[in-house]
Amino acid sequence: MENHIRLYNEIADSVYQTENVNTDSSSEQVYVENMVLKMYKKFEKDSAIDPDLPLLKRDVHAKVLKSSLKSLPISYECLDASRTWLVYWILHSLWILNDMPDDETLSHTVEFLSQCQHPEGGYGGGPGQYSHLGTTYAAINALSIIGTDEAYDSIDRSSLQKFLWTVKEVDGSFALHIGGEQDIRGAYCAISVAKITNIYTDALFDKTAEWIVSCQTYEGGFGGCPGMEAHGGYAFCGIAGLALLNRTQLCDVDALLRWAVNRQMKTEGGFQGRTNKLVDGCYSFWQGGIFPIISAILSQENKELIETVLFNQGALQEYILICCQCNDGGLIDKPGKPRDIYHTCYGLSGLSVAQHGTGARDPFVVGSPSNELNRVHPLHNVAPHLVYNAIHYFIRHPPPVKDKN
Amino acid sequence: MSDCSDHDPNWVPYKERPEWNDVTPIPENDGPNPVVVIAHSEKFEDVYGYFRSVLQRNEKSKRALHLTKDAVELNPANYTVWQYRRDILKTLNTNLQSEFAYVESVIKQSPKNYQVWHHRRVLVEWLQDASLELELTKDALEQDPKNYHAWQHRQWVIKTFGLYSQEMEFVDILITEDVRNNSAWNQRYFVLNNHLGWSDLNVQKEICYTLEKIKFVKNNESAWNYLRGILLHDKRGLCGNAVVSSFCEDLYKNKCRSPYLLAFIIDMCDEAIKKDETNCLYNPERAIELCEALASKYDKIRTKYWNYLLERFRKCRGEQIINSNGLMDEIE
Repeated sequence: MENHIRLYNEIADSVYQTENVNTDSSSEQVYVENMVLKMYKKFEKDSAIDPDLPLLKRDVHAKVLKSSLKSLPISYECLDASRTWLVYWILHSLWILNDMPDDETLSHTVEFLSQCQHPEGGYGGGPGQYSHLGTTYAAINALSIIGTDEAYDSIDRSSLQKFLWTVKEVDGSFALHIGGEQDIRGAYCAISVAKITNIYTDALFDKTAEWIVSCQTYEGGFGGCPGMEAHGGYAFCGIAGLALLNRTQLCDVDALLRWAVNRQMKTEGGFQGRTNKLVDGCYSFWQGGIFPIISAILSQENKELIETVLFNQGALQEYILICCQCNDGGLIDKPGKPRDIYHTCYGLSGLSVAQHGTGARDPFVVGSPSNELNRVHPLHNVAPHLVYNAIHYFIRHPPPVKDKN
Repeated sequence: MSDCSDHDPNWVPYKERPEWNDVTPIPENDGPNPVVVIAHSEKFEDVYGYFRSVLQRNEKSKRALHLTKDAVELNPANYTVWQYRRDILKTLNTNLQSEFAYVESVIKQSPKNYQVWHHRRVLVEWLQDASLELELTKDALEQDPKNYHAWQHRQWVIKTFGLYSQEMEFVDILITEDVRNNSAWNQRYFVLNNHLGWSDLNVQKEICYTLEKIKFVKNNESAWNYLRGILLHDKRGLCGNAVVSSFCEDLYKNKCRSPYLLAFIIDMCDEAIKKDETNCLYNPERAIELCEALASKYDKIRTKYWNYLLERFRKCRGEQIINSNGLMDEIE
C-alpha cells in the first residue's frame, strides 16, 4: 500500500535544504516548516495515548458552520459583497460533513438567494448588488446542494443565459461582471453554471477552450490570463473548465500533472499554490481536485482505467487533520492563522478528495474511521449525485426562452 | 478585515448631513428570513443605506461620487460600488488625474484586491497614460515580490503599451535578490516570449543564465522549470543541447541528487524515446532506474507519481523489445 501515515522522523528528515543561500522564500519556508513540525511532534505524543487520532472534529465544525449560516461577526464585513459565496461554502461544508441544516433553514436560504438574483440575470454578492460570475457560480452550486424543486425553480435561467452573453468577450474569455476584470475564473464559473442549469450552447463558449489553453504556462499549470504565473486556483479553473467543455486534448496533461504533483510539500504534506510559495490549506482542493480530473483524462487517453490519484493522499490528510483544524471549529490556512469559512470549505473539500480519490476504490481514510466524509464532484465541487439531480431536473424543464444568439 | 475607522472623531453620519436630507436611506433587503447576516458597524449601515438609495435613483453626482469613496473604504472588495463609481466618473467627466492618485492610495492599503487593480487598469485605458504604472507596480512588488495582482497589472501595461525596454533589468534585480522568486522567473519568460523572441542566440543566453543560477542553488525548482521552459524553444530539444546535458551529467557525477535534476534527466530520456533517438545516456532503462531512486529515496512524497511514470517507461521498453523482435522476424 503506497498510502501510509508518515512517522515524525520521516517528516523531520525531509525538511527544506537552503544550501546556505538564504532568501526571503527560503526563510519563510523554514519558518512555516518549523511551525508545522511542532504540530506533528505534538501529534506524535498525543496519538501515543489516543489511537483514535487524528480525529476530524466534525461536531465543532458543523456547529460553527450552522451558526455562521445564521449570522457572522463584524470581522466578516469585508465579505459583504460575497454573501452568496458564504452560503455556498457553508452548505457545501455541511454536506461534506453529512450534517445538513433543517428543511426550513434551507427554504429560507433559497429565499435569500432569490434576493441576490439580479433582474437582468445572474446573482450578486448580496441583495441589490450587480451580478458577478463568481457569486453566480456560488448561488447555482448552493441551490444544487439544496436540491429541491423550490431551489431549482428559483433560478431565472433565461436571464442567466443573457447575463452570460453580456459578459462574454470576443476572444472567448469572460469578464467577472459587466465592466469587470476578465480572467480564467470567469470562464470556469460560466461553464460550470451553464452546464448545471442546461443553458449551455456551443455558440456561448465559442473560442473559450482555446482561450483557456492559452493560459497554460511553461511550468504546466495555468495562470489567471495568458502570460501569468501558474497558480493552483487558476489551474483548477483551467482544467475543470476544459473537462466540462470536453476539450482537454487541447492542453498538455503530462505537463499539468508534473506541475501539480510538485505542488505537494514534502514536509508539510499539504499543497502550495505556486512554485516556491508556502503551503495553504485551501489548495488541498484547488490542487488536490486537479488529480481526479487528470486520472479521468489519462484513463480516456490510455484506454485503461487509472483508479488512483497520483498525489500522496495520506500526507494531505495529515496536514489538514493535524495542522489545519481550529479547536473551536473551522479550518485554517496554516498554523498560526485565524479560521475562516473559505478555508473551512476548501480544507474539507480537499480532505474529501484525499479520502476518495477518483471514487473508483474504497476510500482511504487517515485516522478515526469517523473521519470519512461525503464525496464531491471534482468539476463542480458539489456532491456528484446533487450535480446529476440538478442537471437532469433542468433537462426535463427546459428554460422558457431558447437562446437566440 | 475592516479597521475601526468608525472612531474618526470628525465623522458625520450621512443621516445628519443637511446636503443629504432629500435622500432616504434604503436598508438592505434581505427578505423576511435572512441568512449569513453580517454584523455591521453603524458607519457601515449608514454609508451603505445611502449608497443603495443613490444606486436605485441612479444618481450620478459629485456627492454620490464622494459617497462611493466612503463605501469603498469600508469594503474595498465591493465591485458594485467600484463599477458605479466608474459610471459616475464617466458621466461627470471628472478630472481623472485625482482619481489616479486616489486609487493609488487604495492600492497601497489593499494591494491584494481584484477591484482596486481593475479600477486602475480602466483609468489607464481611459487616459491612455501608462507612465506611472511601472513605478506603481514596482512599489507593490517591493512590499510583496510575488503579489499576483501587481504582476498581472504590470504584464498588461507592458504588453499594451510596449514598455519592455527596462524589464529584463528589473527581473534580473528580483532574481538576484531572491533566486527562488518564481514570479520573477515567470516574468523573465514573459519578456522572452513576447518581446525578445526565441532566437538561437537568446535561447543559448538564457540557458547559460539559468545554469549559473542552478549551480548556485541546486534545489531551486523555479530555475529548473524555467530551463525546461526555454528548451521547449530549442530546436534540438531537451537532450540535444550539449551544454545542458554535460551540465546535468556533471552534477549527477558529483553526487547531486536534487529531485529536480533527476526529474530533468528522466524528461531527457522520455524525449529520446519519443523521438526514437535513445542512446547510452538517455534510454528507458535509465529512466526506470531514476524513477525508482526518486520513488524510494529522493522524493518520497511523490512515490505514486514516480511509480506511475516507471510503469509507463516499462511499457515502452517492452514495446521496444517487441518491435526489435518483429524486425528480426522480417529480416529472417
